[in-house]
Amino acid sequence: MHTTQALAAATRRRQWRGRALAYAALSLGVLVFAFPIWMTLVGSTHDVGSIGRGDVPLWFGPHGVENYATAWTTGGAGTRNTFVVPASSMLLNSALMAALIAVGKIAISLLSAYAVVFFAFPCRMLAFWLIFITLMLPVEVRIIPTFEVMVNMGLTNTMAGLTVPLMASATATLLFRQFFLTIPDEYVEAAKMDGAGPLRFFRDVALPLSVTNIAALFVILFIYGWNQYLWPLLMVNDRALETIVVGLTKMIGTGDSQNEWNTIMATAMMALLPPVLVVVLMQRWFIKGLTETEK
Amino acid sequence: MHKKVIFRGVALPAALLLPQLVITGIFFFWPAGQAVWSSFLREDAFGLSRQFVWFENFTDVLTDPNYLTVAWNTAVFSASVAVLAMGAALFLAVQADKAIRAATAFKTLLIWPYAVAPAVAAVLWLFLFHPQIGIFGRALNSAGILWDYKINGGQAMTLVIIAAAWKQVSYNFIFFLAGLQSIPKNVLEAAAIDGARPTRRFWTIIFPLISPTTFFLLVVNLVYAFFDTFGIIHALTQGGPGNATTTLIYRVYVDGVQNLNFGSSAAQSVILMALVIAMTAVQFRFIERKVHY
Repeated sequence: MHTTQALAAATRRRQWRGRALAYAALSLGVLVFAFPIWMTLVGSTHDVGSIGRGDVPLWFGPHGVENYATAWTTGGAGTRNTFVVPASSMLLNSALMAALIAVGKIAISLLSAYAVVFFAFPCRMLAFWLIFITLMLPVEVRIIPTFEVMVNMGLTNTMAGLTVPLMASATATLLFRQFFLTIPDEYVEAAKMDGAGPLRFFRDVALPLSVTNIAALFVILFIYGWNQYLWPLLMVNDRALETIVVGLTKMIGTGDSQNEWNTIMATAMMALLPPVLVVVLMQRWFIKGLTETEK
Repeated sequence: MHKKVIFRGVALPAALLLPQLVITGIFFFWPAGQAVWSSFLREDAFGLSRQFVWFENFTDVLTDPNYLTVAWNTAVFSASVAVLAMGAALFLAVQADKAIRAATAFKTLLIWPYAVAPAVAAVLWLFLFHPQIGIFGRALNSAGILWDYKINGGQAMTLVIIAAAWKQVSYNFIFFLAGLQSIPKNVLEAAAIDGARPTRRFWTIIFPLISPTTFFLLVVNLVYAFFDTFGIIHALTQGGPGNATTTLIYRVYVDGVQNLNFGSSAAQSVILMALVIAMTAVQFRFIERKVHY
């Protein structure tokens, strides 16, 4: 009897200790993950001199408002950095690019998945496979010829050139195909009985049923679009079209310690805030989108 | 798998497919075909004529000691990123699985790095490890360890690995946590009653049960390290010093965009395409199996 009680107490103690350790480890993990952002946030409130000397304390300084104002309106004085573009313009370009890529990908994939699932026509498996194979052709492996196509079509330095080539999507098409296959045959039969054509069925049944999937996919694709790097780097050298992620690294250049680091850090915060907010605020959709697109 | 009840027509589905097929045709298949075709061609020194040289570009690339160094860099980089990002994520996920009540809160606090662009992640770590302005860079130097990732290749590689892994942990964490939470609790209780200690329970029960997730993540992490880390390397080290941090993708960019060596760049592209096809095939074979479980 005594031994059982002692054993139970020991188990409880062990469990309690295990849980305390878990909390400690997790808190440490959170700190390690947040530290780079913390230092950038703190750095963006100090003046250029103290950052350049490496004297950044762990707490905020008094120059936050002016640093963000400079980054937002002019992008720097131009005496230290060679690349000077206002963050407001770069943020607008990034937002537009991300939104266009996400909406375009979703629209195009919805239509093609609908065609492949709800129609029987010659070559439909061929069409499906043609879309599917694009999974294996990321931009990174066909850089030069794709760039040549863009030059020949006169699409370099245009928003269309920045977005349209990224709109084809095998993953989104696969996801919508998967989902459409779960719509019961009875729905289609009922629609036919009521004399509804395929376009009517798409608008009134298939599309409303897909809303959850569309929302989840939008979160993932917006982040994908916002974080594009190689493509805008190749496509754009017109500063009016510069996106914030590429612009940020152009501001840094070779990383000279004489850079206008306070403005750069403020720009870095503005470059990462929108997608991070999307993930945190739309966490439920984000996790759904992430796990569904990988199925 | 097909539906039994469907609509009639050919023109309408063709029209619905058109946007997707036009974009893939112009921006995917045409350039990919061009890459394959020009990998068999070589331009003369003045760029005036092109000559069909069979596999010469490939043999040149594959026997170039520089290319082999770059391939080795890529292997070291990818393996390190995968091991580091998956190890940290698994550790945190196991802890979050124990902290039942706060698991959701910790999840929110750990998933956001996924949203940070690779290039921006690189910039954040540059702020920390810059030899003059970074808090860690300066600390290392004043502790007598000469730290400058712009001069020391090993340090440069370490830094790009850390930045790349930091960003990928949240993705792995989400999948590991989901895998851990789907393990039936009674299995673990049974093992606990049989006297298996937590460490033993982890390696004999939990780890084998999440091995499908681990394998899936391994493939995803390798693909990430191969193809999605261009921004990190470009922003941090530009492949240097020397070519200490040049990966296969970065090399295609350097040879094609900067050195304008189209034949070689195309041959490298084709080699990478073969690699992507192999990786995707592995991924889908595995997912097929998971469906049949």
